[in-house]
Amino acid sequence: MLTRNIAGVIVFSIVAVFFIFTALLMHPFGVPDESDMDDYIIDNTQEETGANNGVTAVVFDYRGFDTLGEATVLFAAVTGVIVLFRRLKK
Amino acid sequence: MSGMSKIVKTISSIIFPFITIYGLYVIAHGHLTPGGGFQGGAVVASGLAMLLVAYGSVWTMGKLKEKHLSINQTLESVGAIGFIGLAFFGLIFGTKIFFNNFLVNKQDYLFGATVKLGETAANINTAGILPLMNFAVGLKVIAGLFGIVLLMAYATRLKEGK
Amino acid sequence: MIYNIPYLAVAALILLGLYALIFKRNLIKMVIGITLIESGVNLFLITLGYRKESIAPIYTSSPGGIMSFPVPQALTLTSIVIGVAVIALMLSLVMHIYRHYGTLDARETRRLKE
Repeated sequence: MLTRNIAGVIVFSIVAVFFIFTALLMHPFGVPDESDMDDYIIDNTQEETGANNGVTAVVFDYRGFDTLGEATVLFAAVTGVIVLFRRLKK
Repeated sequence: MSGMSKIVKTISSIIFPFITIYGLYVIAHGHLTPGGGFQGGAVVASGLAMLLVAYGSVWTMGKLKEKHLSINQTLESVGAIGFIGLAFFGLIFGTKIFFNNFLVNKQDYLFGATVKLGETAANINTAGILPLMNFAVGLKVIAGLFGIVLLMAYATRLKEGK
Repeated sequence: MIYNIPYLAVAALILLGLYALIFKRNLIKMVIGITLIESGVNLFLITLGYRKESIAPIYTSSPGGIMSFPVPQALTLTSIVIGVAVIALMLSLVMHIYRHYGTLDARETRRLKE
């Protein structure tokens, strides 16, 4: 168990150093590098989808496939919970 | 999981309609204000979970039968089928692509009013199929999250019974 | 460096979750660690979509000005709902494990047979 803890400390330290250096070397907060796609969506969301809310336009219109997969995941999770607890009847 | 005190039960019963109305407002105005089907559904499901915790799983399971769980899952399936069906209708009407917004900017239909670019007034009669998809996904999220919480309460009751 | 404080918060959240996953033995605490990692990832997505002095991408009663990115916000919304579903499934599995083994210690739940 002691060796396991030592290995955990080593792995955690490596990952911690990696994350902190990556956070320090990221581009500055609030100044994104490229913004073409989002500028297009912001400019055209009222014309193309008729919605005032840009996020809803992205969720249901521009990227509807993501929402379809997400709904499938939610359905599968509920089905999994039902399958887990169905045997406990009595 | 037994019920809580009488004060908690009373206050939960009073607050629950307001939480439900607020969640339905968030769902219905999903294309205008911050929010949408997921967020409003989560709000309504949280209100239902609050009632469940306040009254306890023993009382709730005395009231609910297995038939009600089937009704709940049927509602969730109706939401999912409505969502996918609206997406497939885009293959039939308009430019014939999946997730085509076939109702937008058609003045004769529901949710068909045109929005001018840069307009900041809120007109609920816009956005084509987005409000309908919001309703379908809201129904799905309400039924799904409440089903999960209900099944967990059912399992805790079984643990106490042994 | 002062501009990178949100990224440092992301790193702190993910490292806290990783700490709970590596060094804690209680299954509930490990689930809490997974949710912490998930919060860190959601915060990272939101952070990438922010522009200086921007408003939310909503035109209703908008005061005008540049808007932040809508796509990372939409993906974060998707991620949050998936997270809720996955947490529910994990907690259900933990309840089953407790019912089967009578304990929540991860070291005790290694037997494959009864």
